[in-house]
Amino acid sequence: MIEIANLVKRFDGTPVLDGIDLTIERGEIIVVIGPSGTGKSTLLRCLNFLERPDAGKLTLGDLQIDVTRASRADILAARRRTAFVFQNYALFANKTALENIAEGLIVVNRWPKAKAHARAREILERIGLADKADAYPASLSGGQQQRVGIGRAMAAQAEVILFDEPTSSLDPEWVEEVLALMKQLATERQTMLVVTHEMGFAQDVADRVVFMEGGHIVEQGPPSRLFNAPEDPRTRDFLRKVLAGQPKAL
Amino acid sequence: MNVLDFDYMLGLVPILLSYLPLTLEMAAAGMALALVLACGLAVIRVLRIPGLNAATMLFISFFRGTPLLVQLFLFYYGLPQLLAFLTQINGITATIMGLTLHFSAYMAESIRAAIVGVDRSQTEAALSIGMTNGQLMRRIVLPQATRVAVPTLMNYFIDMIKATSLAFTLGVTELMGATQKEAAGSFLYFEAFLTVAVVYWIIVELLAWGQRRLETRLNKAYRR
Repeated sequence: MIEIANLVKRFDGTPVLDGIDLTIERGEIIVVIGPSGTGKSTLLRCLNFLERPDAGKLTLGDLQIDVTRASRADILAARRRTAFVFQNYALFANKTALENIAEGLIVVNRWPKAKAHARAREILERIGLADKADAYPASLSGGQQQRVGIGRAMAAQAEVILFDEPTSSLDPEWVEEVLALMKQLATERQTMLVVTHEMGFAQDVADRVVFMEGGHIVEQGPPSRLFNAPEDPRTRDFLRKVLAGQPKAL
Repeated sequence: MNVLDFDYMLGLVPILLSYLPLTLEMAAAGMALALVLACGLAVIRVLRIPGLNAATMLFISFFRGTPLLVQLFLFYYGLPQLLAFLTQINGITATIMGLTLHFSAYMAESIRAAIVGVDRSQTEAALSIGMTNGQLMRRIVLPQATRVAVPTLMNYFIDMIKATSLAFTLGVTELMGATQKEAAGSFLYFEAFLTVAVVYWIIVELLAWGQRRLETRLNKAYRR
């Protein structure tokens, strides 16, 4: 279980996250939506300390952290309990697809190389890229790179996989295969916290949709309720704008 | 009348080649030491270590800002007047020292640029899976920085091989010093210096060939 309590993050004194409370049950799929610059990505980045939060408490499985007093060891422990999927894939350019997935197991979990590679091959199988094991990122399509990025996150066996707009920098032709893989993970009840603009994905896959604006959680609920009967005017306004351009999104 | 005395030139080649090991040894020692020093300086610059960063910038500024020949004279003829223990220093050691300091200043900057040039998002990815800063540098950043830095570092190495010829001004009989002596004995200055020029040229071409092979290998991961 993930518990976020009163999380605060300021950039140059301006609050970007202004007291976020959120609980994520094991196996739950949560999609975070909201206008640009409202702290959605920052929320994910704070959970594994790519940004250092200014205040709040985090519970990540068996780990409890008061972020204001987080030691170096706490931060490493938090990162080992969260896996991150980046908007621009961020694969290690000097490593093959297989090595990208095995890297954390070898370096962080200290698995023997053979065991890590065996696990990485299983994951490549699951993400449908078994034939690309020895391909370097530069020779993979955007969609394939992002699937490897997701595979790398799967290998970590984290409490939660954090997806930071995983399809936003993909050419349209590659979006579907990445979303399909995420749906597959969802059916396996992988705990996921997903920031995305793919409203169809939120509608189909999320257990709960969280609407954020101005560093606050404005409203949250099951997608059927949030999309069909949003309570807050800001949610209604946002949904009206984003859904206007999407044919038959709901 | 012959334009060139080819027989003299051919006879000179084995004599000059016997001095080649010393030239290459000075260059190899200078390069090895300069690489170590340059990596240290580059890391100080990248991490902006307080105090050391300013000292490093001063070091780089001085050794890039003054001629190598002046630096060699400073070490070999100048410093021993100031520091008595340096009177023991021989020309070879002084040359290696000068080459090391001079070239490390240039190399530090290209290594720094190569480290900074590694895509920042890969750093975040490595941290996100729980790597420490040391693991991140060893496994992700430095291997990629190496690939970027190798072409320029090889150029400095080639430059350094040619710069060993300055050792002859410190009384070291290496390739250039030997040529000078031979020429003075035979009065065939043009033939002698043309021969040594060709010898340097061939060494550099061999290295350039090795450089291309190395780059092909390092670029393996980046071919589409």
